[in-house]
Amino acid sequence: MTGLRLNLSVLWWLPRGLIFGLMAFFIFGPLFNMLLWTVTEKWYFPHALPLEYGFSAWTRVFAPRGGALESLGNSLVVAVLTVIVSLAFAIPAGYALARLKLPLRSLILLAFLIPQAFPNLTVYVNVARLFYEIGLNGTIAGVVLVHVSHGLVYAVWIAAAAFSAIDVELEQAARSLGAGAMRTFRDITLPLAAPGLMASAIFVFLESLDEFTGSYFVGAPDVNMLPLLLYTAGSGGNYQVASITALLLLVPSLIFMLIVERFLKADVLSRVGR
Amino acid sequence: MPRRLLGLLLVLPALAVIALLFILPLVMSAVGAFQLDGGLGLGNFAKAFDLYLKDILFSVGIVSLSTVLIGLGAVAIGGYLTLGAHPVAVTILRWLYRWPMFIPFIVVGQILRTFLAKNGMMNNTAVSLGLMGPIDAMSFLDWRGIVIAFVWKQTPFVALLVAGAMASVNREGIEAAVNLGASRLRVLIEIIVPQVTATLAVGLILSFVTMMSVLSVPLMINAQSPTMLTADIAFRVNAYGDYGVANALGLISLVLASSVAWIYLKISLRERA
Repeated sequence: MTGLRLNLSVLWWLPRGLIFGLMAFFIFGPLFNMLLWTVTEKWYFPHALPLEYGFSAWTRVFAPRGGALESLGNSLVVAVLTVIVSLAFAIPAGYALARLKLPLRSLILLAFLIPQAFPNLTVYVNVARLFYEIGLNGTIAGVVLVHVSHGLVYAVWIAAAAFSAIDVELEQAARSLGAGAMRTFRDITLPLAAPGLMASAIFVFLESLDEFTGSYFVGAPDVNMLPLLLYTAGSGGNYQVASITALLLLVPSLIFMLIVERFLKADVLSRVGR
Repeated sequence: MPRRLLGLLLVLPALAVIALLFILPLVMSAVGAFQLDGGLGLGNFAKAFDLYLKDILFSVGIVSLSTVLIGLGAVAIGGYLTLGAHPVAVTILRWLYRWPMFIPFIVVGQILRTFLAKNGMMNNTAVSLGLMGPIDAMSFLDWRGIVIAFVWKQTPFVALLVAGAMASVNREGIEAAVNLGASRLRVLIEIIVPQVTATLAVGLILSFVTMMSVLSVPLMINAQSPTMLTADIAFRVNAYGDYGVANALGLISLVLASSVAWIYLKISLRERA
């Protein structure tokens, strides 16, 4: 009887294996396809695999005139600055949304969703026109500001969730022991919220790295960014250069994916958007 | 200082960023949508509906279908992670599902373009497994490609949110239902999903508006007609410098996206009441 039950439970691995196998194929297939392209010298229809392998595309991309190093540098600088500026705005806002009584709280939360709720294209066209007037067009600062407006929803929503997941009694205990409001915030609230804030920083960083439309209208052609390089190469049919650029954008994304759950715990997650 | 005032002061700088860098240009584009050569009027909208009605319906259809598929996928993944009987299978799924989450949209567009093409890896694998002949290979670089790209990229994000919320659902109710003989599917649908609807709604709305705004995926996977509104807006600006129609199309997608946000607002206000 137990032997039969054991056999039946082994049989369950058939559907599981089939589903996991299909998932793995659809998740890793495109990534593997891209990796193949980064080392392809020659590959055309109807061959299932490249005819020649090599690294000539890599030397082209990283040559001084290839533009990848400049784009990579710009993308990283913009992303780091975007995180710093976003958190500087989001930490006070998130704390207020989590702890203080605010009129129209739902509307304020929703306001940060607005930049995600509109096809950015037309907005960025008008932002570019505004920035042109005040000399911000084609500068790193201009691109950072656009990315901040776009990333604030993650920063504020996750920061608010992180603060509201903290036990109020810990703050009250500090206050009753004589700590001032600022001291309580700095020594109790901020360290406890740090993992959640780290998660919101990760989201903002990746939003900035991913961002294409705003960089195109506000940054180009003076500030070259990686997504822009990828798009021009890809639409020009140069799949090697496009794939190498895609790989450069992928590495930080995958690293963050592996570590994000360490920062974003269930108690914070269940409060996002509330 | 009264706490209300302090709260407003803390929120104000962040709100100012949104106001100056988004609301103001948004108003400029909304006004621009009504600006014609000889004053104000609805000419841009007439032209937009005349030229792009098919694309408007196409965008709504694509994004709605993708949202439904993402919701189903996220609930299935979250449900299995919460209720899965075999710890090894749960660990495998937990490791597997998250990979596409942080891959930038522009990269998703590029890698799926090579994967789904007629001579891409998907068809090549099916042919070499003998599932179909080389002649049957077809390109998925049309509306299906866009849906696949959206579902591929957004499902892990919603699943992560939903799985987190499911993990904090009270286990006692679940175990009581299982002890009384309820199937795991029934426990998922009748006990767990109703308790995570708020989180699921947030994830799906964020996904919906994200998909309405993405330019790179439609440009890279399917820029021919019919296509998404974002590609049309870029085309109007780049090819004709026609900001009037572009702004009108932008306003139309705002109405579509904000109606979804409005539904969320109503639900969350009712929950709080």
